[in-house]
This record gives sequence, structure tokens and C-alpha cells, in this order.
Amino acid sequence: MDYINIFVKSIFIDNMIFAYFLGMCSYLAVSKTVKTGVGLGAAVIFVLGITVPINYLLENYVLKEGALAWLSDDFATVDLSFLSFIMFIAVIASMVQLVEMAVEKFAPALYGALGIFLPLIAVNCSILGGSLFMQERQYANIGEATVFGLGSGVGWFLAIVAIAAIREKIRYSNVPAPLRGLGITFILTGLMGIAFMSFMGIEL
Amino acid sequence: MSNAIHKFIENKVKPSFDEGGKLEKFYPAYDALETFLFVPPHTAKKGAHIRDGVDMKRTMIIVVLAMIPALLFGMWNTGHQHFLATGEAATLMEKFLFGLIKVLPLVVVSYGVGLGVEFIFAIIKKHQVNEGYLVSGMLIPLCLPVDIPLWMVAVATIFAVIIGKEVFGGTGMNILNVALTARAFLFFAYPTWMSGDKVWIAEGTSAANNFADGSTGATLLAQATERSSGFVDAAGVAYGDTFWASFMGWIPGSIGETSVFAILIGAAILLITGIGSWKIMLSGVIGAFTMGLIFNAFAVNEFMEVPAHMHLVMGGFAFGIVFMATDPVTASQTSTGKYIYGFLIGFLAIMIRVFNPAYPEGVMLAILFMNVMAPLIDHYVIQANIKRRQKRAVPVAA
Repeated sequence: MDYINIFVKSIFIDNMIFAYFLGMCSYLAVSKTVKTGVGLGAAVIFVLGITVPINYLLENYVLKEGALAWLSDDFATVDLSFLSFIMFIAVIASMVQLVEMAVEKFAPALYGALGIFLPLIAVNCSILGGSLFMQERQYANIGEATVFGLGSGVGWFLAIVAIAAIREKIRYSNVPAPLRGLGITFILTGLMGIAFMSFMGIEL
Repeated sequence: MSNAIHKFIENKVKPSFDEGGKLEKFYPAYDALETFLFVPPHTAKKGAHIRDGVDMKRTMIIVVLAMIPALLFGMWNTGHQHFLATGEAATLMEKFLFGLIKVLPLVVVSYGVGLGVEFIFAIIKKHQVNEGYLVSGMLIPLCLPVDIPLWMVAVATIFAVIIGKEVFGGTGMNILNVALTARAFLFFAYPTWMSGDKVWIAEGTSAANNFADGSTGATLLAQATERSSGFVDAAGVAYGDTFWASFMGWIPGSIGETSVFAILIGAAILLITGIGSWKIMLSGVIGAFTMGLIFNAFAVNEFMEVPAHMHLVMGGFAFGIVFMATDPVTASQTSTGKYIYGFLIGFLAIMIRVFNPAYPEGVMLAILFMNVMAPLIDHYVIQANIKRRQKRAVPVAA
């Protein structure tokens, strides 16, 4: 029940886009068609699902105060948490490289469509945000951290796919000229945020 | 008579709005009024392909007509609840007049402000004023509590019409239902006016101390959420047979949503004329019923034990599924998509209702959420159609 709770919560209630507005840059830029949206969304699920548990291990066995106690008692008071940003980013960057190579090899068309945004996942705030939320919320075990990572990814995926479909629909709408493109997308995101507020406060 | 007036207007008033006239800028406003009041003289210039009297004006008017029973009943109920709360005796006419005085300003403000915004946009953008707001303008007051201040209605209407509709290009282009956008705006911006015990009864907030003993202004949903003294008991004492009471609608609630009976009359009008989609209504009811049955099967708390058929008549479910979910602009466009869309609305509405103590009214948020998801559903339905047809086409080609 706990896992389900974390999963649902991270998809709908603590949605990366609509609750925290993280990962907006690629969300806005790659959401022109559903197809590329699905591709990038899948990449984000994958990267979040891997980096959050790895960073969870790092956090609990290397970085946290007293985390090194398993090495020897001398390290019981060592606190490396000031390194957490740089460590998390290093893990994320290497993971993204891995994904990029895999996508280039197995789905060249998608690789072409995603363009610069795949490497940019490395600096996508939702990925680092996922790891930092994991650190802040202190999940009890690695299972919970993984579920949280996957759930956040699915939430991001849902958001980008939904807005991509809407943007395909409004492509020929008579939007006032100054708002065309990004402007209307920002307004849309806000309105979608209202719709997602329906899930706030749900406890499973 | 009206012909003569029309001729006079065509000949004397119209020229000043035509190109080169003094009031050329305001032509959209003139055009809108002329179309609304008379049958405009333009005819098809080339061969007509479709001969049908239905246009947007007629469609919208039928929807407004379908809402009239709910509106009239809402007026009566406003008075009924007020006199029930204060303990005074009143005749049918007195109740109705009291409600009329309370409800009419909301309708006037909603129409006045909303159409004002529409006219301004039409003049700036130089296009015709569309009739789409006629429905939204009626929906907005019907889904609000009667005691809401008028300026809030005005602010919400402006927000909904501009941000919800005009920035997307006007009628037919909006993503979220305009009336629901207004309601959600009020719900999140002024929560104290949109939920609680007192707002559902006219002058409830100011006259709270004068309430007669034993009367409660909470809606059935709020009572069920509180679970204070057991849902069935509390409601049973106050309203007699609960299912019947909430079906007929003499219970507190938003103006237009309490009476399922009045809404069903509207639904019949929509279905007979083919304007509302029976697919969405049917699948919505099935979805809600399914979710109610699932909750009954588990029944961990008292709200989960509320029988599935009660969910259908409680709160704004009927109103939402008949008048708002079927909005042809924001619903799914594809036929398969409509089933999925409606089912998920019902399903989510009951889920939010039961699981989310902060928002007893889940229908509004479920519909908004599915409005957001509808284009995605359509996208995948169409993709699936394409795939199926391609598969079917291959043997022929080979």
C-alpha cells in the first residue's frame, strides 16, 4: 500500500510539472508533437527510474552524516553531504550519456527528433529535482526511492504527452498573434495545473 | 411589424456600421445584435451543399432551453432552503419570488460581463461575436452557491472567458470548459465562499444565527465527508427519504444542480435533439456506478458504504455529466474516445469525491482533468484507426 501511495502521489499530486514546475524547458520545447513527447517522456522515466535509486544508495552509504560508518568506525562522524549536488549531477550526466547511446543505436529516428534535448536531460531540473526530493523526503528504503523516481517520471510523461496532444489540436486555432507559440503554452500549462489540482490532498 | 423594424435598421442604422461609416469599428457588435434579434438577410452565395436549419445560434439556444427546468427549480429551491432555515412558512410563490430575486442578479452579471468581454474581443479582433457564451453564461450561475458575491462572479467570468477561451481563439477553440474554469477559479481563489455549511443557503452567512434548530445547511456530500454522526442518519433526519429528496432536489446545493429530475428533463431535450452526446452521458453514469460498486465492495469507511446509486443523485454529478461533460468543444471528438472520456469522468468524479476530503465535489475537477486528457484520447483513437485500416489495406494492395 505504501508503494502504491508513493507512486500515485508522485504522478498526480506532486507532479513535477504541475506542482513544482520543474523540467519546464524541455517540456515546452519538445511538446510540439505527441510522438517526440512520448520519446522524451520515456527517456525521462528511464533516467529518473535509474538515477533516483543510485543516488539513494550514494546518499545513504557515502554522503549522509555517519553514512560511511560501514567502512570503519573512524568515519562515523564524517559528513559529506556538501558533495551531494556534484555527486548527483555526475551520476545523472553519466546515466544520460548511457541513454543517449542506447537511443542512437536502437531508435535513430527518435534520436533525430529529440535532437539536442536528449543530452539536455542531463541538466533537466526535474531529474536533479527528483534526486533532491528523494534526499529531502528521506524514503525508508531503496524500493520506495525507485517507486518515487518512476512515479515522478510517469507524471512528467503524462504532462508532456497531454500538452503535446493539446498543442497538436490548437495548431490551427486563431490564437492572438503575440501569444502564439510559447505564450499560449504557458497559459495552457497553468490551466492544466488547475485541472491537476483535483488530486491534491488525496491520501491512499 | 418586426419586418418593418428590421428593414428600418437595415436601411438606416446599418450604413453607419458598414465600411466607411462612422461606427465601422463596432460592426461586430451590430452584427451580433442583428443576428440575435432577427433572421439576417444573407443567403448562401454559391450552391449550398448541406441544407439544415441548425446553426450555432439554434444549437446554443436549445442547450439554454434544456437548462431552464434546472434554473426554475433552482430558484424555487433557493427560496425553499431559505425559509426552511429561518423556520418561516412560505407559499410556493413566495419561495419562488425570493429565489428569483436572489438568482436573477447572478445570471445578469454572468451574461453582462461575459458578453461584454466577448464584444470587446470581437471588436478588437474584427470577427463576429459567437453565440457560444450563451450556454456558458447560463452554466456559470447554475453551478455556483447562491450566496456568492456578485463581484466574484464577475471576476471569475472575466478570467474564464479571457484565459479559458479568447486566448485560444474564441468559441470552439477552448480546451477547458468555460463555465468550469470559472467555477474552478472561484473554488481555488475564494474557497470560503464555495464550500462549507452556510454558503448554500441564501443569506446564510449573514443570517447564520437565525437558523432554526435542527436545520443544517451542509450539502449531502459535505455531511458524508464529515461522517460526524453517520451519513444516512444525519441526512435521513433532515430530509426524510434521502434518495428521493436528492433526486427531486429539495436539498442545499449549488443553484442548478440539486434536482436530478429537472436535469433529466434537460437531458431528454439534449438527447432528443441530438445535441448532447448519449455516449458520454451513458458511459459517465456507468463509470460512476462502477466506481461506487468498487467502493461498496471494500467499504473501509462510511463514505465508501454510500450505495452506488446514491452517488448518481448526490452533488453535482448529474448536472456535470449532462451539461458540462457533453460540451462538444472540450469533449473527445471521436466516437470511441467519447466512451473512454465519459467513463473516466464518472470514475474519477466518484474517486475524488471519496478519497479527497478537501474536495467533496469531484465532478468539476474530474471533467476539467478529462478536458485536458481528451485530445490525447482522440490522438490515440485516431492512431489506432489508422493502424487498423492500414492492416486491412495490405492484402488488397498485394
